[in-house]
Amino acid sequence: MTLEAVLVVAAALFSVGLYGAISQQVVVMVMMGLELMLNGVILAAAGFWWFLSPEPTGQVLLLVVIAAMTLEMAMGFAVATLLHRSRGSDMTDMATDLSR
Amino acid sequence: MVESVVFWVLAVVAVASGVAVFRVDSMARATYALAVSFVAVGLALLLVDLHYIGVITVLMMVMEMAVMAVYMVMFMGMNPALMPMSMVHDNRAAVAAAVSTFVVLAGGALLVPWPSRRQPDPGTVVGTVEALGEAIMGSKMLVMLTMSPAMVATIVAGVVLAGARGRYDRLGDDLDRRPDDPQRGGVGR
Amino acid sequence: MAESLLWSLLVAFLLGCLALAAASLDGALAARGRGAGILAGGWSAPLAETARLMRQRRRTLVAADVLLWRTGGAALLVVALLKVVVVPVDGSALADLAVGVVWFNAMDVTVWAAVWLTGWGANSAHALIGGYRFLAQGLAYELPLMFALTAPAVAAGSLRLAEVEAAQQGGAWFVLWMPVAFAVYCLGVVAFSVWGPLSVAAGVDLAGGVLSELSGVDRLLVLAGRYALLAAGAAFAVPMFLGGADGPLLPGWAWFALKTVLLLSVLVVLRHRLPALRPDRFVEVGWLVLLPAVLLQVLVVSVVAVWRY
Repeated sequence: MTLEAVLVVAAALFSVGLYGAISQQVVVMVMMGLELMLNGVILAAAGFWWFLSPEPTGQVLLLVVIAAMTLEMAMGFAVATLLHRSRGSDMTDMATDLSR
Repeated sequence: MVESVVFWVLAVVAVASGVAVFRVDSMARATYALAVSFVAVGLALLLVDLHYIGVITVLMMVMEMAVMAVYMVMFMGMNPALMPMSMVHDNRAAVAAAVSTFVVLAGGALLVPWPSRRQPDPGTVVGTVEALGEAIMGSKMLVMLTMSPAMVATIVAGVVLAGARGRYDRLGDDLDRRPDDPQRGGVGR
Repeated sequence: MAESLLWSLLVAFLLGCLALAAASLDGALAARGRGAGILAGGWSAPLAETARLMRQRRRTLVAADVLLWRTGGAALLVVALLKVVVVPVDGSALADLAVGVVWFNAMDVTVWAAVWLTGWGANSAHALIGGYRFLAQGLAYELPLMFALTAPAVAAGSLRLAEVEAAQQGGAWFVLWMPVAFAVYCLGVVAFSVWGPLSVAAGVDLAGGVLSELSGVDRLLVLAGRYALLAAGAAFAVPMFLGGADGPLLPGWAWFALKTVLLLSVLVVLRHRLPALRPDRFVEVGWLVLLPAVLLQVLVVSVVAVWRY
C-alpha cells in the first residue's frame, strides 16, 4: 500500500464519478456522480495525510471535505425537490433555462 | 502484507460498486451500490489510522444513502422490480472525459516525485483520536466555527427551498391562527 | 488468532443466549396477556417458533428484489454481532476500538438500511410502508440518540469504551447524573430493534409491516435479529451508563451479566406496557422535546467535565 496505489484508486473513483456527473440525465444520478468524485477526494486526501505528513491537525481538512459533501447533497436534494414540484420532472434536460 | 491485501480488496470493491451505480437495473440497487463504495473507502481510512474519520464516513454515508433511496423512489417512481434503465446523454463524450481524467490523474500520481514522509514531532505521543479532538477544539477551532453557520444556513435554505407551504400558509396572515396541518404533530400544537 | 476466534464464538453464543432469553420473556408475557398463566408454555415459544420456521417454506414473490431483500434480512443479526464486538466485559473487549462509541452509532445507522431494504426488497405494499415508517421514525430518534451517546464520552474524556467504563469506578455511575441521556439511549435501543412503542415498522395494522412477506428461515433471521439488537443495546448500555463491571461482592463479569439481564428485561416488558407510537406524531416529539432535553443534558455534562479539569 503505497501513496501511488492510493492515488490511482482515488483517481479511478473520481473518473467514474465524473462520468456519472456528465452523462446522467436524472438530477439525483448526477448528484451520485458528484458524491463519487468527493469519495475519491476523501481517499486521496487520506493518502496524502498518511504518507506525507501525518500531523493530527491535518485530519481537519478531511472533516471539512465530508461536511462540504453533506451540505452539497442537502442543497442538491432541496433543489431537486423544488424542480420536481414546480415542473413535475427530474431530468436535467428540462432545467436548461440558463443555457444558451 | 495483510494490510496491502485488505487495501486492494477494498479498492476493487469501491471502484466496482462505483461503476455499478450507473449500470444496475434498479434505483435502490444504485443507491446501495454507492453506499457500499463509501463503506469500502471508510474501511480503507481505518487502515491508515484515521479511525474517527473512517467510522464517521461509514456512519454518515449509510444514513445519507438510506435517505437518498427515499428521494430516488420519490422522484423516479420505480418499484422494486428490476427494469433496465439507462438514461444518459452524451455518453461518448462523458466516457472520453472520464478516461482522459483518469489517465491524467493516475499518470500524475505515478510520475510525480512525491516527497518523503515528514516524521511527526517527537513530543507528540497522543493517539490519533485524542489529537484530532484537541486540534478541533484548539488550534483549528476557527474551522469548526466557520462550518457551523454554513450548516445552519444549509438547513434553513434546504427547508425554504423544499417546503411546500410557508409560515403564512400555515398560520394565517397575522401568524396567529392554529396551524392547519394535514396531520397534527405529537406535541399538540 | 485461534484464541480470538474462540472468544468471538463465545461472544456470539452469549449474544444468542441473551436474545433467546429476551424472546422467552416476551413469549411468557404474551401468554400471560392472553390469560394463560405465566408458566403455560410462553417460555418455550421462541424454540417452538424456531422449529416451525426452520421447516417452513421460504416465500418467493413476483419480481421481488431478492438480493436486497435477503441482504436486509440477514443484516440485522450481523449488525448485532458487530455491535457487541466493542463491548468490554470487565475491561477487555473483543476489539476495543479507539472510537468504540462511534462504532456503535455507525452500526445502529446500518439498521436503517437493513430495515428499509427488508421492506423494499419484498415488492409488497405492506412491507414497503413498514420500511418507510422506520425511516420516518429514524429521523426522529437518531439525532437525540447520537447526542445521548456523546454524553458519557464527554464525561469520560474518551471514545474508547474501556475508558468510559473505568471512569465510573467506585459507584459514580453515569446513569445517576445523566438520566436524560440514559432514557433517550433506551428509547434509541427500542427504536432500532423495531420493538415495543416504536415498532410500527412491523406493526399489526400493516399485517406485520416489514415482517409481512417473510417466511421460513428469512423470518427467523429477522426476528432473531430484532432480539439480538435489543440484547446488544442492553449490553452496550452497561459500560456506557451502568458502571460496567462495578459492584461490591460478585466478580466483574457477574455484575455485567446481572445488569445486562435486568436492563434487557425492562426493555422487553416495555413492549407490553406502552402502546405503539405513530411516527408522524413521534417526529415532532423527537425534535421539539427530546433533542433540546438531550442537548441540555450534554451541556450540563460538559460544564461538569470542564469544571473537573
